Parts: sequence; C-alpha cells; structure tokens
Amino acid sequence: MSTKDALFEIEDLHVSIGDKEIVRGVSLVVRAGEKHAIMGPNGSGKSTLTNAVMGHPSTTITRGRAWLNGEDLTSLEPHEKARKGLFLAFQYPVAVPGVTVANFLRSAVKARFGEDRLKTFRQDLKARLRDLEIDESFVTRYLNEGFSGGEKKRLEILQMAMLEPRMALLDETDSGLDIDALKVVSEGVNRHSGPQTGLVLVTHYQRILNYIRPDFVHVFMSGRIVRSGGFELALELDKKGYGDWIAPAPLAAASN
Amino acid sequence: MEPLKHSPGAPPAADVKTKPELHIGEDYASRYGFHDAEAYFHKGRKGIDHEVVEMMTRMKKEPEWMRRFRHESLDVFLSKPMPRWGDTELLNSINFDDIYYYVKPMAEQGKSWDDVPENIKNTFERLGIPEAERKFLAGVSAQYESEVVYHSMRDDLKKKGIIFLDMDTALREHPEIVQKYFATVIPAADNKFAALNSAVWSGGSFIYVPPGVDVGIPLQAYFRINTENMGQFERTLIIADKGSRVHYIEGCTAPVYSTNSLHSAVVELVALEHAYIRYTTIQNWSNNIFNLVTKRAAAYRNSTVEWVDGNIGSKLTMKFPCIYLLEEGAKGEILSVAFAGKGQHQDAGAKVIHAAPRTTSRITSKSISKSGGRASYRGMVKVYPKATDCKVSVECDALLIGKDSRSDTYPTMEIAEDNVQIEHEARVSKVSEEQIFYLMSRGLTEDEARLLIVNGFIEPFTKELPMEYAVELNRLIELEMEGSVG
Repeated sequence: MSTKDALFEIEDLHVSIGDKEIVRGVSLVVRAGEKHAIMGPNGSGKSTLTNAVMGHPSTTITRGRAWLNGEDLTSLEPHEKARKGLFLAFQYPVAVPGVTVANFLRSAVKARFGEDRLKTFRQDLKARLRDLEIDESFVTRYLNEGFSGGEKKRLEILQMAMLEPRMALLDETDSGLDIDALKVVSEGVNRHSGPQTGLVLVTHYQRILNYIRPDFVHVFMSGRIVRSGGFELALELDKKGYGDWIAPAPLAAASN
Repeated sequence: MEPLKHSPGAPPAADVKTKPELHIGEDYASRYGFHDAEAYFHKGRKGIDHEVVEMMTRMKKEPEWMRRFRHESLDVFLSKPMPRWGDTELLNSINFDDIYYYVKPMAEQGKSWDDVPENIKNTFERLGIPEAERKFLAGVSAQYESEVVYHSMRDDLKKKGIIFLDMDTALREHPEIVQKYFATVIPAADNKFAALNSAVWSGGSFIYVPPGVDVGIPLQAYFRINTENMGQFERTLIIADKGSRVHYIEGCTAPVYSTNSLHSAVVELVALEHAYIRYTTIQNWSNNIFNLVTKRAAAYRNSTVEWVDGNIGSKLTMKFPCIYLLEEGAKGEILSVAFAGKGQHQDAGAKVIHAAPRTTSRITSKSISKSGGRASYRGMVKVYPKATDCKVSVECDALLIGKDSRSDTYPTMEIAEDNVQIEHEARVSKVSEEQIFYLMSRGLTEDEARLLIVNGFIEPFTKELPMEYAVELNRLIELEMEGSVG
C-alpha cells in the first residue's frame, strides 16, 4: 500500500537495463504541493529512474512499485500513466519529422483531456506560448527536428503547461539552457506547480534550484538515494561536490 | 481515391464516440469494396484478339488511323514477352484470357448526374464525387468500367477555350489535335502493357489548355471498376500550350473480389514552352488489382511538369512516372508515396531524362512497408552528353513496420555529361522505439503514436495535396495502419 497522504510514491524500486541493475532500491514519497530535487553525478542512474517510472521499453522494473494518487502505476502502459496525470520532461527529447508541434500537442491534449478540450486548444496554446516567450511560428515546426537544446527544453515545458500533470518528473531540464532561458523555463514550471501538484526535479547542478526551490533534496549515487535533506543540502553539494563526504561506503558494500 | 469523407458506409455514431481518433469498424471492403448489380449496355466476352479490337473500334466509330493503330498495337502486345524484371512471379500469374477488355455500362454519356443509371450514380455519390465537384473542382470525369459515364466542366472554363473531355469524345470532336499528339510521348511499342492499352484503350481524359490560360482550380477524373475480372485501359493525354497552367487529379477504387483484375493506363503529358502541369494521383485500388501503368511527360523550354503520385492500393503496382526534359530550362519533379501492406507489392519510382542543358529534376520517393508488404523504389536518371549545367536531386526514404516487411531500392544513374550537379540520398528507417515512447508518454496509444509517425513521414507528400485530398490520404493511411503493432 502507498503512504496515506502521498500524491506520488515509489517504493524500493529496482530497475535493470538488459542484465545490468542500474537503480538499486529507491523509495520516495511526494505529497501534494511538494517539490523534490534528485541530485547526482552523471551516470548515477537518475534518468533510468525517471524513464522506468514512465515506462521506457528499454528499462525493466525488477522489484518495487510506483503509485500515483494511491493507484499502482507499475504495470500500466506509458499512455495510461500520462492520461492519469504523470508527466516526464525528457532530457533528450526525440525528433519526429513531419509532425508539427501544433498537431502533436493537439493529439496529446485530446488524449489527456478528451475531445471537448480541443475547443479551447488554440487560445490555450497561444497563452502558454506567451508565458514561455515562445514565438507562435514555433508550433508549425516539426517536433524537435533541428531544435537547439534550449528550444527542446522549452517545448518540454510547453507540453507540461498544456497537459497540466498532477505529477511531473523533470529530467535535467536545466541542461543546455542559458541563464535567460533557464529563468523563463523555471517560471513556467513554477506557474504550473501548485498545492495540488507534485514535482521531482532531476539535476546535476544546483543552478536551477535557485529558480525552482525544492522542499526536499535527495542525493543520488550509484543507483540509490544516499542522503536526503532540505534545500541546504543542495548548497552543500554545490560547495563540496559529489565526493566521499557524502557516500563513504564502497559501492559493493552498498548493494543488498 | 475518394475526395470527401462522408458516405453511407460511415460507422455508427457510438463507435466514433468511444474511440474518436480511430475509425474502427471501417475498412476497404465496406467503404470502397462494394459492387453494383450489372445492367450493362454491352459486355463483351473474355479474352483478347483482333476480333475484340475490331468490335471496339466499330462500336466507337473511330477513324481509320485509330483502327489501324489499335490492330498494330495488338500485334505488338502479342509479340512482346512479359517483362523479365520486377515481380515476375506476380506478373506471370496474370491470365489475359480471363479478362473482360471492353464493358460499356450505358449507351450515352451523362451530361448531368440524373442521366446516369441509379446504381452507378449512387456508387459515385458514395465515393463523394458529386460533392467534390460542387465544392472545389473545375471539372469532373467519372469513368465506370470502360467508359466515362459522366463528364462536366464549368462554363467559364469552356469559354476560355479549355478542352476537357473523355478521350473517346475528344477523338470525335477534336481529331486533328488528338492525332497530332496521341502516342507521340508513349509509342505502343514502349512496353507490353502500353501496347495492350494502345490496342484496347477506352475512356480516360483529354485536356487541352490554350496559350496563357490558367485553369486555376483542379480538374479531376475518377476511375471505378465494378465487375469481376475487369480490364480497365483508360488513355489520358494532356496538352498545356505555351504559358498555360493546369492541375489534374485522378483517383480510383474497385470492389474486393477473390479474382484479379487488370488496370493498365497510358498517360501522356505535353508541356509546351513555359507551361505548367501538375498531375496528382491517389491510387486506391482494391488488393486484387494489377496496376501496370505507363506515365510519361514531354517538357519543352522552361516548362514544369510535376507528378504527385500516391499509391495505397492494388495487389501489384508497377508505375514509374517519367519526364523527358527536352529543351533548355525545363523542370521536372516527381514526388511519390507508396504504401505496401500485407500481400501488396508497390513497385514504384521515377524516371527523368535530361536531354537539354540547364534542366532541373527532383525526385522524392517515400515508401512504407507494413505487415509483410513490399515496396520497391525503381528509379532512373539519365543525362545526355552536352546537357550541361543540369541539376539532379534524388531522395528515397523507406520506412519499415513489422519484421517481415521489405523495401528495395533500384536506383540507376546514367550521366554522360561532366558538368552536372547531382545529389542522391537513400535511407531506410524503422519507426523507433524512442519515438513511440515519447509520444506514448504524452498519452497517445501505441497505434496512435505509430500513425502519427507515419503521417509525419509522408508529410512532404501530403502537404502538396489540396486540403481535401490530404485529409483523405491521412484517413486512408489510418485505415491501413489499424492494428499494425508488431
């Protein structure tokens, strides 16, 4: 069973890619209105964690569960999770040639909210574009094709804004953004995070946390959360880096 | 093809509500694959010989030169062996003795839809032709079996001197211009199937656009086969005089039968100086039809010819729209899409001959093979000696869906001139797991994701179609894509 007042919860999650176990027992509870940051060095398995929760076909959950609103997500298809309000902002969004951003968003909005929602689609989209300082011509371009890193990340947050998830997982949304873009994107995320929603922000750097201030910070190393704390933990990480101070135990000994 | 959406074959509203994004319950059989009872004016016997040809030419009251042309063409057809390339197994399965070569559904062509027999009219209504005619076409020709049963063109276009007739009528009413161009671009001896068409051709369109006249909105022909074991051999000739412009669209469907039918058209285009011709095809034959078509254009000084060629249906299609760039500054473009589903072989492609300096060509071919279907791109680009400063661009993209699907590319380039700019690209791709996951993570089902990716893949083609046809093409693809997982 999931924790009583949890909006989103993962419990003892183990994830493999092929024969290799990448995520090695992660538990996390996110209550409505909370923002969590998962910080860790490259290659520690952060993206594998979020991909597995969303249901990436290359990942296998070998043990553990994930819940949204008390409902077990673990065996659902990605589109079912999305329709229930789970959202993943991708670190490397893939290009889909020939499919315009507008056409794609229309399909996604229809899938999430139903046909009726399309009545206000145009005006909704216009407003969200304005919020994110994206030019309207952007939506006639093909999905992520020839997009700069920054454009891709803006598009991810535009999708988040249009799909209004209950629970958003943002995977390295800050990478590839210059400082101005980072600000706009962060404001976008904040605008769509409220008392009813939850957020998990996966990042390598502390920088984005100045704009999206997390209530909890978790340090992620070698496939598990090695330490949790408040915002001050992020500041400490920024100063000291991901060194021995935080994970003194040798990796082999840390496995169960 | 079927230009408009709503026909009596539409699914019950309840289905639409539960799954609005997919037209579940619709398929080719119910939407296009129905057939009418036959009450024909004339239905000849099966098989082909000089007697059949003689009967046709007499019934049509043709001039002597055409009579002779038909008989000579038949001799060519009978003497030529089957092609020894392409899908020879399927080709050799055609039984020429088991085909009706001439079926005349009614005595006289209709001037209004009310002149057309009820069941035939209903068929075209169901295919949306009269509605399309009212909404966005300058003229319509509707062929049923061997004859054009209905034909119309807007009066204002007639006044501009545009001739748009079925080929038989054109031969009667404009014999001199027909004789001047007929079979000059594609001689009967070009290939076995062109010879067969030349012997037993019936119906098809004739268009002449006078100098400087722009037809403005498209002219359309629709070809319907109704009877079993039918052979349909329409003959189309389009002449765009100096500086004129025309867009012609053709579509086709047929009932689903367990036996095979043969469709073998010959289409000749002549673009004179500075003229522009676009010829758009949405081929949607049922999967028991051999579609073996010869299409060729002659492009003169500074003219432009564009073949926009969509192949969705048929059992075997062999069609390689060709452009001869005969004089300086001529441009040719061939944009094609082939969709090969289960049991289908789309052997499609393009051919461009650069016979003059400063001529330009572009070939874009997109093919999708699904559920064991086979798509082949067969292309030829030839640049003659002294055809300097030519530009050639060839791009072939193949998309494979399902593990048994097949795509082959047979590109040929014969370049006899050094001073030429050539680009060639060929790619084979699969719908990637990453793309599917990305779209599914936004709420699309796997089928919806795949469909969106496929529609994106052919977007360079659909965007060239008039809106109504683009919508229709996407819908056809959607039908083909249903249950395509795996």
